[in-house]
Amino acid sequence: MDGTGTLTRGFELPLEPRLPRIGAVDAVALEARAADLAKRSIKRESKMAALDLIVRMTDLTTLEGADTPGKVAALCQKAVRPDPFDPSIPSVAAVCVYPNLVPVARARLGPDRTVRIASVATAFPSGQSPIEVKLADVRAAVEMGADEVDMVIDRGAFLSGRYAKVYDEIVKVKEAAAPAHLKVILETGELATYDNVRRASLLAMAAGADFIKTSTGKINPASTLPVTLCMLETIRDVEAETGRQVGMKPAGGIRHAKLAIQHLCVLSETLGRDWLTPERFRFGASSLVNDVLMQIRKQKTGAYQSPDYFTVD
Amino acid sequence: MSEIEHRGPAAPAPLEWEYAPAPEARDIVSLRERYGLYIGGEVVDPRSGEWFTTSSPADESPLAEVAQASGEDVDLAVGAARAAYENGWSSLRPAERAKYLFRIARILQERARELAVAESLDGGKPIKESRDVDLPLAAAHFFYHAGWADKLEYAFPNRKPRPLGVAGQIIPWNFPLLMLAWKVAPALACGNTVVLKPAETTPLTALMFADVCRQAGLPAGVVNIVTGDGSTGAELVRNDGLDKVAFTGSTDVGKAIQREVAGRGIPLTLELGGKAANIVFDDCALDQAVEGIVNGIYFNQGHVCCAGSRLLVQESIAEQLIGKLKRRLQTLRVGDPLDKNTDVGAINSRAQLEKIRDLVASGEADGAEIYQPPCVLPERGYWFAPTVFTNVAQSSRIATEEIFGPVLSVLTFRTPAEAVEKANNTPYGLSAGVWTEKGSRILWMASRLRAGVVWANTFNRFDPASPFGGYKESGFGREGGRHGLEAYLRFDE
Amino acid sequence: MSRLPVRKTYKLYIGGAFPRSESGRTYEAEGQNVARASRKDARDAVRAARGAVAKWSGATAYNRGQVLYRMAEMMETRAADLAAVCSGTAEVERSIDRVVWYAGWADKLAQVLGGANPVAGPYFNFTIPEPTGVVAIVAPSEPALEGLVSRLLPALVGGNATVVAASQGHPLAAVELAEAVATSDMPGGVVNILTGDPAEIAPILAGHMDVNALDLTGADAESAAELERLAAENVKRVVRGQATGQSVWEIEPLVEAKTVWHPIGV
Repeated sequence: MDGTGTLTRGFELPLEPRLPRIGAVDAVALEARAADLAKRSIKRESKMAALDLIVRMTDLTTLEGADTPGKVAALCQKAVRPDPFDPSIPSVAAVCVYPNLVPVARARLGPDRTVRIASVATAFPSGQSPIEVKLADVRAAVEMGADEVDMVIDRGAFLSGRYAKVYDEIVKVKEAAAPAHLKVILETGELATYDNVRRASLLAMAAGADFIKTSTGKINPASTLPVTLCMLETIRDVEAETGRQVGMKPAGGIRHAKLAIQHLCVLSETLGRDWLTPERFRFGASSLVNDVLMQIRKQKTGAYQSPDYFTVD
Repeated sequence: MSEIEHRGPAAPAPLEWEYAPAPEARDIVSLRERYGLYIGGEVVDPRSGEWFTTSSPADESPLAEVAQASGEDVDLAVGAARAAYENGWSSLRPAERAKYLFRIARILQERARELAVAESLDGGKPIKESRDVDLPLAAAHFFYHAGWADKLEYAFPNRKPRPLGVAGQIIPWNFPLLMLAWKVAPALACGNTVVLKPAETTPLTALMFADVCRQAGLPAGVVNIVTGDGSTGAELVRNDGLDKVAFTGSTDVGKAIQREVAGRGIPLTLELGGKAANIVFDDCALDQAVEGIVNGIYFNQGHVCCAGSRLLVQESIAEQLIGKLKRRLQTLRVGDPLDKNTDVGAINSRAQLEKIRDLVASGEADGAEIYQPPCVLPERGYWFAPTVFTNVAQSSRIATEEIFGPVLSVLTFRTPAEAVEKANNTPYGLSAGVWTEKGSRILWMASRLRAGVVWANTFNRFDPASPFGGYKESGFGREGGRHGLEAYLRFDE
Repeated sequence: MSRLPVRKTYKLYIGGAFPRSESGRTYEAEGQNVARASRKDARDAVRAARGAVAKWSGATAYNRGQVLYRMAEMMETRAADLAAVCSGTAEVERSIDRVVWYAGWADKLAQVLGGANPVAGPYFNFTIPEPTGVVAIVAPSEPALEGLVSRLLPALVGGNATVVAASQGHPLAAVELAEAVATSDMPGGVVNILTGDPAEIAPILAGHMDVNALDLTGADAESAAELERLAAENVKRVVRGQATGQSVWEIEPLVEAKTVWHPIGV
């Protein structure tokens, strides 16, 4: 294919059958399956293990115009030691910030950090800028120290059917982001149908995404359990067809431990227990961590907790 | 700025995550030691003097003693139903009849959890199902039919609908309370009184329903419950005080009942067995089709007359679909029916388990390839792992006989016409499933499938407003919807 | 010493809440000060009704039936209060039974008013009844409770949201009924009741471009003609029905028949 995204003479066979069939998704059945998985009752040891894992899977996030060095410094502190009163609580997987705040995070977390630094880039959240600007954004973030880049796809291009443009941009961003690993945000709330979510997921994975991510967190709806299920099923198909394992990150809208645990049920029953690791699954969240801490403390003490006892950052 | 002190290295290995047991509290239901017959509004001992034990198929533990009704007991029940019919129920203003049924519906909603636990204990089905499917649908049946009681002239314009009288109703063990609702709600809504015989292995929720009737203030004798084994059912069908017979159960017993009722001039409805084809085309929504297949045959351990027990998959997609299906089976949780995470419960009885084993053995002997996911089955109780047979011939027993267990037989087809031909090539005709994203094909298939219920891109969907019933040896008559009312009415022109 | 009772204030019912008229006006009826709705209250009520249509019509028919049955439950519990503001117990009982009767239609309407149509050609064709949307009702003055119920329920069971111009002389029954509705799980905005002068309120509703149907059962012959003229502006469905009695044919004029075609082919 040439740079304008049209197919040249004598083109290759379409995506099918080399990649998994794009296929359709039945919304009613998908949502019913997600609802069924959400009914799993997770108690006692399995609940404690899940809560601990959720903390370890969290990308602790702040993406506000009003973010300052002070705010991000506090976030990093919380990321490393979420509960100052309970040393058994592990660190989170990563912090997720805007490019300008990456140096702050790098300074606070240090070169031997186990908490990764993820930066959004590519004219986040809209993605409505020329490719050169987006690539410069990515390079800057990586130079400043980001370990991971969370890019947005061009939804305008996707929804107007210019899939090749969407694909090409991801390929270029992947190249520019090296050696940082790349998460591709689909902004599923704008894609509106599960068929589109599946198609965009396949496109992103074909173009080299290390992780596919649901949302920017800036619009409603952000991630939902059925969307997560849809994306995980697509990841499963790519793994079966090509052997590649692409991770998944639901972001936005997950404020309570209960919903996060439901995500783990969906993950575990769709892709298997091997996938219950931050290497393959992350939660993009901010207030989730405190709810998880409250649940952990409740499991340990038997009493329902109050937010007063957990630091806001 | 200073660095923050770090914890140890990030945990590298994935989590070995097992769901801990999550049992539903059993103590919400307090079972009596012994349940008599419910006749004429009273709980009475059987004239037969005989009792038998109903047990939990999950661990073979005894639950309660119930009465073995004899011909004499059945006769008393029919007499009580007749008296209730003549002394008020048939002449009660229909709007008042409706209000009794609305009350029953409400009470079923209020006592839903208790009844669901009893249902799972007595029959072996997962609490997730009795709580989320059986109970809500049972209440909904009463709600729906309550509304018809005083509107029958709209359902049958230009006819004069009137009740038949006393209905004898025999129900199976696979959805005990729900089958009771399917029978009792329309019968009562249409102004009849009933004598109901629940299945031998699952009498408890019917006996608890007797208490619901008491709470609703239902007049004595409108509903009568006689428990017992097959002989009680035979006595009921034979009783010449009946104006109507309704049966749900096996095709063999259905035929025996049809023979018994012959020549007596009373109407009969039969809802019998099935061997439904679940037909999957290569343009289906694949992962959702897998869910539909799994739901079609493993829901309620496959103890479903309309189970999708034959998977007819288009050859172009067979390998991929079967691969996904086998993988999906590995996440089915077989175990304690009262555990909220159980997907597949216990087989209802030893007899049924033997039947399943026998048919599965015949499948293997016929050369079909068997797959069962690794399952730890409990030692006591009646259990069978979810099973898939591939390489199945149309002529083998596992493709033609109803297994009534969690066993799926997979066959392939190439064209829609071939799928229709294979799907219809059976004496049964209860239900069928069609999976394709192409709307016109759904309708084309639906118009050609000889089945009373066609599910497209879904399976095992039930609603009181939706008529259910079969073609051919799956029975005749419909339950639910406007059509289902006919079974309980006569029309004087 | 006898106890001083805490008297009820009779306000409007809009969007699930009981506001006073934005005009601050009241009038005296049946020995009470009753809110006197203004054109702006009518505007707000229509807005609330429109906002509620999606949720009410989007609920399953079964759910609607259950909510309406609960409305009957709430009326039953208030039977004495209702009897005090209409002709008495007999009328209250008829009214409650009427609500139960209509509640039972929710999940059957499509079976009687809809169906598959055997067209000549390879098409599957079916007709289903759908709510028309927002129904404005000029409530009958008599019977005070039964008349209102007999007009309100056919609109509700079909999935519509309603705005009622209550009877000027007998508004208390309408307010009591609103209280039963408010405790019945009915979503806010599905029923809105404007007490006051129908001569002032009805024309606003009749001419409102976002009202889909107008029930003139309670309007006298004189005003009815003018209301019908106003209704023509956005081609409203104009309906007159029974103030007592019940029939599925009271529901039918307030629903739209939607017919769908789809080819049948391999």
